[in-house]
Amino acid sequence: MVKVVAKTGNEAMAEAMRQINPDVVAAYPITPATEIVMIFAKYVADGLVDTEFVAVESEHSAMSACVGASAAGGRVMTGTSSQGLVYMYEILPIASSLRLPIVMCDVNRAISGPINIHCDHSDTMAAQDFGWIQMFSENSQEAYDGLIQAIRIAEDPRLRLPTMVTTDGFIISHCMDKIELLDDADVKNFIGAERKAADSLLNLDKPVTIGLIDLQDYYFEHRCQVADAMKNAKQVILEVADEFAKKFGRKYGLIDGYLLDDAEYVVVALGSTCGTAKVVVDEMRAKGVKAGLLKIRVFRPFPAEEIAAALSKAKAVAILDRSDTWSAQGGHVFTEVRSGMFDLKARPKMINYIYGLGGREINLEHLRQVFGDLQNVDKQPLVQYLGVRE
Amino acid sequence: MKQEKPGWKNLPLGDVVQAGTAESFETGDWRSERPTWHPDRCIQCLQCWIYCPDSSIIVKDSKMTGIDYKHCKGCGICAKECPVKPEKAITMGPEGK
Repeated sequence: MVKVVAKTGNEAMAEAMRQINPDVVAAYPITPATEIVMIFAKYVADGLVDTEFVAVESEHSAMSACVGASAAGGRVMTGTSSQGLVYMYEILPIASSLRLPIVMCDVNRAISGPINIHCDHSDTMAAQDFGWIQMFSENSQEAYDGLIQAIRIAEDPRLRLPTMVTTDGFIISHCMDKIELLDDADVKNFIGAERKAADSLLNLDKPVTIGLIDLQDYYFEHRCQVADAMKNAKQVILEVADEFAKKFGRKYGLIDGYLLDDAEYVVVALGSTCGTAKVVVDEMRAKGVKAGLLKIRVFRPFPAEEIAAALSKAKAVAILDRSDTWSAQGGHVFTEVRSGMFDLKARPKMINYIYGLGGREINLEHLRQVFGDLQNVDKQPLVQYLGVRE
Repeated sequence: MKQEKPGWKNLPLGDVVQAGTAESFETGDWRSERPTWHPDRCIQCLQCWIYCPDSSIIVKDSKMTGIDYKHCKGCGICAKECPVKPEKAITMGPEGK
């Protein structure tokens, strides 16, 4: 039975965590992700879950505790944002190289400085090189569905890769949205009652050492295994999404197009901005402009072939980045999309907009401007800052 | 014969190895100073066993019986902590050729 409720993104993620019922959660509070674990801690206190909740003194410790608990064989989750995620950076690649399928609720927020608590993608994008699968959500429903799928994806024996599911700080995390919840039993059946770890520190029948020093003669091989798993990840993510769609009706891809098939002018975006862009795409279509949206749901692994195929017939493409690489060559998404398009025989003209840093609003007027620019693309600079005062 | 190491396709995923292999990995050749145990002066207080940061003091039936030179790195802590006077029961000297 479908249960429709009103929940914020944080409440939706906390509800998914209750249904997942992980063995261990270790977390430290940080705006705007605090609420996820705060709500979950209440579930622990009320006995609604079996989880061992570890209240640590920092995010560095939170991720370290997650690594230990996951190496011990548990199903492990955490939640963080911004400086908290940055403080975890040292441990994030340890989780992936040891193949520990930790699942994180990550609420996208600007990184200091200057200090700012609002949404952009700087925190998550800077974590793109640590071997974690990264999934973005357009709304609370996607965050809820994505988190449940993430358990299956992370624990798949072909991957065993940690996975972060992100929402946009405040825009999704704190805004009430209508979402459909699954039954507890359906979630349990979908993810399996418990993680089946190949090796575990608590398996006394097969004692192992996990994460010992790995020098010139083995380190390279172990890193190569992560690269190989990432290559397999696209297939696994799609398989899990297909099974989810068959059972629960909501379909997700690595990328999702909106009026994309015949689109000449395309905006590429991630997260909550996709909702705003869809409204403007509809407006443009009503005026006879063949506008479309390409939403990137999975950023790691990067679906380059899928994006290249989807954009190959477009005339002009605007790639929207809610973060900057500071390379003076555009944002993270732009760099990846452009590289992915390079081998096409005929490429659309591609331009980049960096927008929304520190929670700066992106509204319909901004998107109208972008679609207007696309129809006059030859006069546009390679990289523009959208909605900033000069 | 040079032993071929496994490639990434044949290694267990994620730096997982059999437990307890440090014993078979001999690290005593790092040593530049060598402890010598003098059983005639030893009072069997086991301070050396307590303080050894490796596991290189060999104890059998609750008695100090010698030094594991395959793993001792020659740090000298056992000699420093040995309480026997006037001459200690463990002394340090240069590692032999």
